Amino acid sequence: MAGEKHVTQHALRQRPVPMRDGQVVGYVHSTESFGAVDGPGIRFVVFVQGCNMRCQFCHNPDTWKKNVGTQMTSDEILKMALPYRQFWGKKGGITLSGGEILVQIEFAIELFTKCKKLGINTCLDTCGQPFTRREPFFSKFKQLMEVTDILLVDIKHINSDEHRKLTGYRNENILDMCQYLSDIGKPVWIRHVLIPQRTDYDNYLAQLGDYIKTLKNVKKVEVLPYHTLGVPKYHEMGIKYALEGIEPPTPDRVKNAERLLHVADYRGYLED
Amino acid sequence: MKQLKKTVDNSTAWEGFKGSQWQEEIDIRDFIQQNFKQYNGDESFLEGPTEATTTLNQKLIDLKLKERAAGGVLDADTKVVSTITSHAPGYLDKKLEKIVGLQTDKPMKKALMPFGGIRMAKDALNAYGFKIDPETDHVFSDLVKTHNQGVFDAYTPEIRRARHYKIITGLPDAYARGRIIGDFPRIALYGIDRLVAAKLHDLDNYGDHEMTDDVIQMREEISEQIRALNQIKEMAASYGYDISKPATNAQEAMQWLYFGYLAAIKQQNGAAMSIGRIDTFLDVYIERDLERGVLTEKAAQELIDQFTMKLRMVSFIRTPEYNSLFSGNPIWATLSIAGMGLDGRHHVTKTAYRFLNTLKDMGPAPEPNITLLWSEKLPEPFKKYAAGVSVESSTIQYENDDLMVKQWGTDYYGIACCVSAQPIANGIQYFGARANLAKTVLYAINGGKDEIGKAQVGPAYEPITSEYIDYDEFMKKFDPMLDWLADIYVNALNTIHYMHDKYYYESAQLALKDTRLDRTFATGISGLSVAADSISAIKYGHVKVIRDENGIAVDFKTDQDFPRYGNNDDRADKIAVWLVKSLYTKMNKHHLYRGAKLSTSVLTITSNVVYGKNTGTTPNGRQKGDPFSPGANPAYGAETSGALASLLSVAKIPYKYATDGVSNTFAVTPSTLGHDESLEADTLVNMISGYMKNNGHHLNINVFNRDTLLDAQKHPEKYPTLTIRVSGYCVYFADLTKEQQDDVISRTFHQTM
Repeated sequence: MAGEKHVTQHALRQRPVPMRDGQVVGYVHSTESFGAVDGPGIRFVVFVQGCNMRCQFCHNPDTWKKNVGTQMTSDEILKMALPYRQFWGKKGGITLSGGEILVQIEFAIELFTKCKKLGINTCLDTCGQPFTRREPFFSKFKQLMEVTDILLVDIKHINSDEHRKLTGYRNENILDMCQYLSDIGKPVWIRHVLIPQRTDYDNYLAQLGDYIKTLKNVKKVEVLPYHTLGVPKYHEMGIKYALEGIEPPTPDRVKNAERLLHVADYRGYLED
Repeated sequence: MKQLKKTVDNSTAWEGFKGSQWQEEIDIRDFIQQNFKQYNGDESFLEGPTEATTTLNQKLIDLKLKERAAGGVLDADTKVVSTITSHAPGYLDKKLEKIVGLQTDKPMKKALMPFGGIRMAKDALNAYGFKIDPETDHVFSDLVKTHNQGVFDAYTPEIRRARHYKIITGLPDAYARGRIIGDFPRIALYGIDRLVAAKLHDLDNYGDHEMTDDVIQMREEISEQIRALNQIKEMAASYGYDISKPATNAQEAMQWLYFGYLAAIKQQNGAAMSIGRIDTFLDVYIERDLERGVLTEKAAQELIDQFTMKLRMVSFIRTPEYNSLFSGNPIWATLSIAGMGLDGRHHVTKTAYRFLNTLKDMGPAPEPNITLLWSEKLPEPFKKYAAGVSVESSTIQYENDDLMVKQWGTDYYGIACCVSAQPIANGIQYFGARANLAKTVLYAINGGKDEIGKAQVGPAYEPITSEYIDYDEFMKKFDPMLDWLADIYVNALNTIHYMHDKYYYESAQLALKDTRLDRTFATGISGLSVAADSISAIKYGHVKVIRDENGIAVDFKTDQDFPRYGNNDDRADKIAVWLVKSLYTKMNKHHLYRGAKLSTSVLTITSNVVYGKNTGTTPNGRQKGDPFSPGANPAYGAETSGALASLLSVAKIPYKYATDGVSNTFAVTPSTLGHDESLEADTLVNMISGYMKNNGHHLNINVFNRDTLLDAQKHPEKYPTLTIRVSGYCVYFADLTKEQQDDVISRTFHQTM
């Protein structure tokens, strides 16, 4: 039976939520006190551990593995972050990034709920891969959106087949998340990594540009030029690097992508 | 009190100006308060340079490049000793210059200034292939005594040793101490005659007819000041200006004011010769001319550009040793802008914008050292505009106005030298270079023996002889060594300032200040981060000592990791704070020259390289000869918790003790700040704001990539005017020594991937 299958699948995927001192424990890769490109303003960024995707261009392969890293509660995160509050200005705050934060959605809900009580701006940096409208995830996601001010959504590729080649997963549920966020009017910044021989094709870029135009909640679109700063990590970790030999895109190609994604049309992020 | 009868008809000069107190007495602050006009808008009103400005600027840049190519000096006076009136007028291009006046009769020609010390003057000339005129040499070697001779006549052997082995360094005992900001606007508002009358009044009313040494000294000084005022008038007349009366328009106001400054730099070759805080004052004149319809915005900008160009031209000839301390020939023509008034009004005027605009009109340059007095309450468009200029040119430093107004109790203060506040009407500061705390840590371990020179420099206390350093034993030995350092340092400075007043008195600058002065006795700390981390290593890291054949500690091994200053970790940061407070408290036990109030600083200019060069391996793992971090910056490699953690650590150094300044030099890559220019500026605004809210005092901001610097080192011709901020000032990257370039390149760049 379909229903039974559904339950089984999720029972298999379900992991017990780790707890300490009555709080959810998150697996944290690292923190950065000075994030200026991780959402509006200056932000304290928590990079969590664990991601399902294996993006060929990922510059943090050390964040892939789940259930490892530093175990931290939301109170511990806040204790680390709050000394920097006076740098956050009107727009800044705390960003949860990864890894993939939606893999540890309970941790995100608890931390952001506390943030909102303290009046802290919350930003979720996600690639959306764990998103599904099925339960119990969807209720949790809705709960998270109640306490999330803005999302940074990476669309890795607009074409689902190419998306799978690039990341190991198809993109239908990711675009569905974008649609849902658009429907509930949650502000997002869309980001797209421009990689020669992978994403840097005019037809795909134009398609992505058209797709983004259908969304109603986009405050900013960013083209992130692929860089090779993460490559040494692959060598250290003994993982084969799939993009060996691919150079960062030229400034002209970056401009081209910005044109096709209509970057200049999205100025919402400049407003207060 | 300067109760005066009006001696001149000021009806046109003061037409339209409000207020009366400043008319009765010399009081620039009151004039500003009564007359300045706030500006809350953005930069859109600004105009670009005029053709004349661009032509003059190109001439100046060409000359500077020629000078650099010639090894630093194009021409130098070898005979005529520089005084206020020593030289005939000099011009860059007389027909085009709106503001005139040079140090000598030709642009770039260095003045001969032997009053600080004849040997230094001769050495400086020799270093660039010039030779002093024998007659002048004879006069200053045999007939006239200099400041330098006076100091060395009085120094004790112990002070000489401490100086020789460089535990105290950079002392102004062979050149002018500088750091006195004349209240230059006085000439513009009142004219020389009225200022002379005020000083005569003070002379008449000084002392109670009992000629004690302080009264004699002060009466002689006031007379010197009056002489200087008359010489300023004479010098201005040689340029065709009668400055006996007040200035009548903006151009005259700037010219009158500049003549005051010019007199100062003709008389003194101080390490720092700051221009002060003149933006709101000049804005009053510009606004009046704009309203009268006799000036356009374009012409107003031209005046500001050309005035600023004059500040860019100031330079002194120095010895190579001096240059290794203060690299790139800085003179700290520090210009302080914006800030808040005690009445709660901000002091942002259009002229604050116009001064920042000079960096666009004429390109970046090290001088004047533009200092933005930051308050949370400054208008947002101004903050953002300034931050944008920082992103573009890395030429601005930011200082915490809220902190300084509270500390000094006035809103009419300016920044003297690199980062030190000074009340302009009645405050002066005795500059005192720095004592090396990192070396003091080593002296405590080695029983006062110098780890490099191997000589007994400090007192011969028992050295530490155990294999591992016991923290309690170290602290027991460090305390008396710090006492000794405080003693010897204050004694050296008392000698220096006594002799400076006697042989190289700053009559031009002090003629433009109140007669009764509040004096500050500036001292300084170098190697704070190295000392703090070393003590932390001893406390937490289990430090093993490796000694040479003389039993002197020359290397250290730590068994355990230890907290380091710069990570917002109180275990280490509190050691740094404790060091500052301890040295201050110990120095403050002493009698200070002329009743001055003690202040200290944690700033090192570029001298962090030289101090490091002369300091052996330290317990924190820093190797012998490696540079210290600049100013109050955490030690190189110590910051592992990110940019903001580093800022919070430095912000803990208490300004209340280090009122002479806590300098923080911050380098960040543009892409770390944001993905477009608007966001980069926003990030900087938030960053500065957060630092100041946490009571940080000073922040130099550099925005560039390490690659840019590496390329500039390899191809200086491609970056003739690449300007960067080092501890407390700006410098052309190409004018740094190779060692200092390497040091700047190796500094912590805050970046994220």
